[in-house]
Amino acid sequence: MTRRSWTGWQFTGPFLAVFALVYLAPIIYSAYLSVFRTQLVGGTSFVGLENYTKAFSDPQFWEALTRVSLFLLIQVPIMLGLALLVALAIDSGRLYGTGFFRISIFLPYAVPSVVATLMAGFLYGVRFGLVGSINETFGLNIADPLGPDWILTTIGNVVTWQYIGYNMLILYSGLKVIDTSLYEAAAIDGAGEWRIIRAIKLPALRGPLVVAGIFSIVGSFQLFNEPQVLDSLAPNSITTYFTPNIYAYQLSFAGQQVNYSATIALIMGVATMIVAYAFQRRSMKGTL
Amino acid sequence: MNTTAAKKRSTTLTLITGLMVIYTLLPLVWLLLSSTKSQEDLLGSFGLWFGKDFALFENIADVFAYQDGIFGRWILNTLFYVVVGAGGATILAALAGYGLAKFDFVGRKAVFAVVLGGIAVPPTALAVPVFLMFAKMGLTDTPWAVIIPSLLSPFGLYLMWTYSTEAVPTEILESARVDGAGEFRTFFKLALPLLAPGLVTVLLFNLVATWNNFFIPLIMLKNADLYPLTLGLYSWNRQANTVGGDVVFDLVITGSLLTIIPLTVAFLFLQKYWQQGLAAGSVKQ
Repeated sequence: MTRRSWTGWQFTGPFLAVFALVYLAPIIYSAYLSVFRTQLVGGTSFVGLENYTKAFSDPQFWEALTRVSLFLLIQVPIMLGLALLVALAIDSGRLYGTGFFRISIFLPYAVPSVVATLMAGFLYGVRFGLVGSINETFGLNIADPLGPDWILTTIGNVVTWQYIGYNMLILYSGLKVIDTSLYEAAAIDGAGEWRIIRAIKLPALRGPLVVAGIFSIVGSFQLFNEPQVLDSLAPNSITTYFTPNIYAYQLSFAGQQVNYSATIALIMGVATMIVAYAFQRRSMKGTL
Repeated sequence: MNTTAAKKRSTTLTLITGLMVIYTLLPLVWLLLSSTKSQEDLLGSFGLWFGKDFALFENIADVFAYQDGIFGRWILNTLFYVVVGAGGATILAALAGYGLAKFDFVGRKAVFAVVLGGIAVPPTALAVPVFLMFAKMGLTDTPWAVIIPSLLSPFGLYLMWTYSTEAVPTEILESARVDGAGEFRTFFKLALPLLAPGLVTVLLFNLVATWNNFFIPLIMLKNADLYPLTLGLYSWNRQANTVGGDVVFDLVITGSLLTIIPLTVAFLFLQKYWQQGLAAGSVKQ
């Protein structure tokens, strides 16, 4: 038994070492940084929880947090809803060319977010994008998708484009593991396609939907790449505190406020975990 | 496969789902067409059709020639980060997943709880803290600053754990032990082949994560010679915003196309693996 025990640690050890180095240590180090303040004059001094009280009354932090929460509440249901519809359509067996649909809708997942955002920036740009072409050809004046009013919607569009296929695949896999004899039994009972979806397929998708939901919560709260890349194509639309992650990044790099930046990152990490955990608890209630 | 009689195909459903395909493929078609255009056509011709000149090969040559061929360097960097980072992450996840599934050791439950908690905290949440720590350790602006964070894949570990639990029968491990084979030898000779489909899936997803990595390289690297492709394209695009900067949108577009080709091809050819692998692992509750 003791020999087996040691072997188990040998197998998991390398992973745990990296885990400690890039997960645990930075968290501890950030927690340490977050209780200090560094000033050009006067050096570093212990300030207790001052950075935390500052964060909670910082309008820029709240604005960033509100923005990603809004993003989460609107973009994620749309994306998961569409992914669900596509997964059901592909699983129905009623499409011509099922394989083509599956791979075509999944493909954007292989595109780096930097490239996806650059493409969106060019496509939606009024300068030489499609919106520009359309405006020119039809003499229209469609609202600028990269302007301050529409930029969050455009980012939502880019994220939806990138991840719809990935989420579709998670849900589709959930449908594939359903025992097909259930469908036969339902068909004998005279159940139609919609009834089978409601009574068999949707309940089976609960787990996969929770998995997809958690990934999306994390993705929304940690939004960074898309707005960061768009910043160079639409500088007037992206503020230095557009999302919490951008704010933490800017504080560290442009602002030299390392202690406060660590505090923001830590708060967001904890907030993400709490929301993801609460979501999982709520949505799995009554099952198992 | 449905065991019931083949279902009637629906043209309406195919057309409606086709709208989604148009949505997903349109930007890629645009990218492909735009890569064939000269800078002049890029601005002057309709986005979804060819321009006057077919300049794809000139564009590719320009991409590789620009700034003393730094694009080639970025490709090599990306390959290096992907091979070491994604490859390493896959091996670590396989070892640990197998260890958690097949050995009942002291502290196993605690390891599991910590790692599962880790899935909810993505690397991006810790990017700034990791940077601050690496800066203190003098690791920033080195390849290690990019590689070390990408060695970790909690989700990969989770997949390998479910896979090991199901695909590797404990009996064959027991008989190998009776024959006196060492644990690591057993793992590599017996377990690994059985884990192959799961391993390919985890490798593919780690590949995507490292190939597409942007936030970590952005904060860690200053030296352009160490950039991966994503950061390189970002810097080319950003040039247009700096005073006196060279505007090279045509290079950004063709460079983007070259960047997405390898993964797209990998996904097209390895369909069997990522589809099966996900089905076997990610949906277990």
